[in-house]
Amino acid sequence: MIQFLIDGLINGAIIALGAVGLSISYNVMRFANFAQGEVMAVGAYISLAFVAMMGLGIGRIGPVSFGWPLLVSMMFSILITAIVVLVTDQLVFRMLREKESSRITFIIVAFGLSLIARNVITLIAGGDQQFLSFYIPRAVEVFEGVKIVPDDMLILLITVVCVIGLHTFLNQTLMGKKMRSVAENPSLARVIGINVDHVIKGSWVLGASLAAISGTLHAHITQLDPEMGFELILSMFAALIVGGVSSLYGAVLGGLLIGISEALAVAVGWSSYRGAVSFLILILVLVLRPEGILGEKERDA
Amino acid sequence: MNQTSKENLLEIKSLSAGYSSQVNIIRDISLWVNEGEILTILGPNGAGKSTLIKSLCGLLRFTSGSILFRQNEIIGLKTHQIISQSIAYVPQTNNVFSRLSVEHNLDLGSLANPQIHDQRLEHVFELFPDLKRFLGKKAGILSGGQRQMLAIARALMSAPAMLLLDEPSAGLSPLFRRQVFEHVKKIKESGVTVLMVEQNAKAALKVSDRGIILSDGKLRLEGAADELLESPEIGEIYFGTQAMSSK
Repeated sequence: MIQFLIDGLINGAIIALGAVGLSISYNVMRFANFAQGEVMAVGAYISLAFVAMMGLGIGRIGPVSFGWPLLVSMMFSILITAIVVLVTDQLVFRMLREKESSRITFIIVAFGLSLIARNVITLIAGGDQQFLSFYIPRAVEVFEGVKIVPDDMLILLITVVCVIGLHTFLNQTLMGKKMRSVAENPSLARVIGINVDHVIKGSWVLGASLAAISGTLHAHITQLDPEMGFELILSMFAALIVGGVSSLYGAVLGGLLIGISEALAVAVGWSSYRGAVSFLILILVLVLRPEGILGEKERDA
Repeated sequence: MNQTSKENLLEIKSLSAGYSSQVNIIRDISLWVNEGEILTILGPNGAGKSTLIKSLCGLLRFTSGSILFRQNEIIGLKTHQIISQSIAYVPQTNNVFSRLSVEHNLDLGSLANPQIHDQRLEHVFELFPDLKRFLGKKAGILSGGQRQMLAIARALMSAPAMLLLDEPSAGLSPLFRRQVFEHVKKIKESGVTVLMVEQNAKAALKVSDRGIILSDGKLRLEGAADELLESPEIGEIYFGTQAMSSK
């Protein structure tokens, strides 16, 4: 049982990172970014390209199955994914903002972009499954019956570092403070002199970075295929809604809950219903606490 | 209207503005604001008062005419560029970040100029000593009057040359209403020029140097505050005598 909890935690951590990215774009730009899954896929494929260039074997880190090349590739992936997203914003979303398009338009455009991204990935990388590493990680038994894979621990560590880093960024830095003010009240942020367009670009970069990290980590423990973004986005939305859309920490909590409950479903033999479990939780939360576990009720404007 | 343009901080020439290209809410308005004065814009509901003040901040998509701040044209600039020219604007409603702390709200006021933060904070506490008690609290727990103080305090954090207030006394209790006007007077005395939109004509004119009356998107009357207070026309443009009471 504890084994499944740990597996769920790892899966949940990756969902949480993606969901936090989703939460940032939802709060700052006020639309559900259906392309966030594809941003993760793009991040994962860029990591794959760099890993292929550098080779995976060299310089293994301690007991972890992969070496520095994967981490370095992830850094490059963050950079390039952020650039891709910024260019997309400049070409597409900026125009929608200037036209003051409705939120629905934003969502549909994001959905369209996700289809384009999926097909571009297939065109470049092919539709087959690919792997970031062929190494089968060996588990280390820490307690009786509880095995831990060092890679998983590193993934958890990276998630914790990202969440702490994000918390510090949002509370301590100038850009972070601006982001929180835009998230709460964009029109007030504008009239007190904040360049909202800059803040939106910053939030794209932040969301893309988190997507590149979580996409790469997800690809490392499973595999890459052009549909991966689509498979991830549903769990991430579930995580976001369960945890509370208005709260960043809600996205983290929601991600972990969804991850663990999916793993528990597998544990009790409902593995084919794995995906449905997150939606069952989603329905329960929507009925009992529609604003999400950590969310605040939306105030009337 | 004759004027010496030297001491004008703000000069508006034949300004028309609206939310669509077809319909102008305000039409052909010309006025000026002298450095160091309080100018109040009065008028019945729907007269275009808020539209006028919003157009000064670059918030309306369709604006024609000319708005000179310190002799520089600001029409066509983005809101953040206008605000960075030492203009601060306090909207009528939703004017604090209620999920952020009072301190964070104040910090946002001096973002463009962080080195003046400490000195401004001291100045703001002199004006609004109550805010000190709530520094760590979320702005959402403040009363309406306290929120208004916080919103004005945040605007002052940027050390503006000109403060734009959109109905600062709206929805406040009589006690807070009186306080707001006292504060506006003190703010003027500290060297800030104030352009204020108000419904409470009498109370607003009492602290103002000059007043302007809009109705139906047009400028109807302009003059020294004490003259306007005595003027019989004001009651006609306004809806009867009720608006002239201090309520």
